[in-house]
Amino acid sequence: MTESEGKPTWQQIEIGAIITEPGSARQYQTGDWRTQRPTYAHERCIKCGLCSIYCPEGCIEPNEEGYFEADLFYCKGCGICARECWTKAINMVEEE
Amino acid sequence: MTQRVGIEVSRAVAIAARLANVDVVAAYPITPQTHIVEDLSEMVASGELDASYIPVESEHSAMSSCLGSAAVGARTFTATASQGMELMHEVLYVASGMRLPIVMAVANRALSAPISIWGDHSDVMSVRDTGWIQIFVTNGQEAFDNIFCAFRIGEDRRVLLPVMIHLDGFQLTHVIEPIYLEDQDKVDKFLPPNEYPLPLDPDRPVTMGAFGPPDIYTEVKKAQDVVLTSSKEVILEAWKEFGDIFGRYYSPIQCYRCEGAKVLLMTMGSFSETAMSAVDAMRDDGNAVGLLNLRLWRPFPFAEIRQAVKDIDVLIVFDRALSFGGPGGPVCSEVRSALYNLDKKPKVVGFVGGLGGRVVSLAGFREIIERGTRIAKEGTEQEFEMFGVRE
Ligand code: SF4
Ligand code: SF4
Repeated sequence: MTESEGKPTWQQIEIGAIITEPGSARQYQTGDWRTQRPTYAHERCIKCGLCSIYCPEGCIEPNEEGYFEADLFYCKGCGICARECWTKAINMVEEE
Repeated sequence: MTQRVGIEVSRAVAIAARLANVDVVAAYPITPQTHIVEDLSEMVASGELDASYIPVESEHSAMSSCLGSAAVGARTFTATASQGMELMHEVLYVASGMRLPIVMAVANRALSAPISIWGDHSDVMSVRDTGWIQIFVTNGQEAFDNIFCAFRIGEDRRVLLPVMIHLDGFQLTHVIEPIYLEDQDKVDKFLPPNEYPLPLDPDRPVTMGAFGPPDIYTEVKKAQDVVLTSSKEVILEAWKEFGDIFGRYYSPIQCYRCEGAKVLLMTMGSFSETAMSAVDAMRDDGNAVGLLNLRLWRPFPFAEIRQAVKDIDVLIVFDRALSFGGPGGPVCSEVRSALYNLDKKPKVVGFVGGLGGRVVSLAGFREIIERGTRIAKEGTEQEFEMFGVRE
């Protein structure tokens, strides 16, 4: 027996693992795959939004000042944004 | 009135699907299954059967279409065999994993190479672990009857699993047998409409077949295994009620002349009837032998098998498929492992034969029983022995 840690037990699984709650993928924390995180040099950012278009997680949005930043709950650290940013405003650093 | 008519078993299976009032048939023709789906397509074309017939371009598409139709809650039927079942192989797991109650008749046939259109159980054994309920039928009447039972069992809320009915290619599909073709109202009494609890429905959106990350997959598979294992109760219930309505009772294993027998032979499918004749002949000669006809292959009937062999000395298992480089016949190796932990158990002797349409006659089964008994007495049993091979 393993502790359920808040996750469903086999008895609680819906028939055929059907998902009845729309948008539940939102709860899936892809951020815990990450070994590197994006960091930002805002002085280089021209707020073009290209990084947000390339991000496979779709997790980059402008903050209150209009700078594009990743939501680290979802950012899986792939580094595509850093590679595509033409002003080199994004730098990937190792997670601790 | 129920009529008993001489009819090709394939055609009777198609009639059973019609009487079961199927909504969708998606199938691709393959020998020896062809007559089943040919007849169904004619019934749909002529208006005799109000259903959609999807003439797909392959068996992979056939089973994929079945997924979709079962997912909207339509009663779904298909049939295949051999290479066709291999081509739909990956989709079979999806049907059971998504818990979609599709019914499929399988006209059991050998696998290439060399090319063989003739019967054996290689195709059955290649899909053993796909998570489908699997029932072997012995004759045409059983094939006809079990189409209704399959829908009833698979669609039961406590089950919701796909079901395969295995009928031997040619030896059953292409022979004309006297079969009671039952009346629609009796069938309707036994088989309620399909009410899939969570169908695809724009008013009540659900996601089916989503991905299962490592923290959920194990639980899903555990749930699937438990439901398949416990479906036996529903199968027994359905067979009992079928018997009460139609007068023909089925069981996971049929014990034929087992009373007082010390030696039992186990077979499955159409060969069981030939083996029964061999048992009759040997009983006439004063030998205490009997036959176990295995009908329920999945879920595996552990309790019934243990019960059936508890007082015997020798169990001879005859398989029509080979596990290359392994323990021989798949049925024999499962029976052996089912008995392994018992304190008192019979010696188990395995034979493999009847491959690719090779006939095993009454005399052949007699030889198997005699040879198996001798091997057990001498204690010279191997993993298995090929029967009827030229040396
Ligand atoms: S691509 Fe670079 S410059 Fe453009 S918004 Fe993103 S971080 Fe800023
Ligand atoms: S590292 Fe990958 S996932 Fe994270 S924000 Fe950049 S592109 Fe998106």
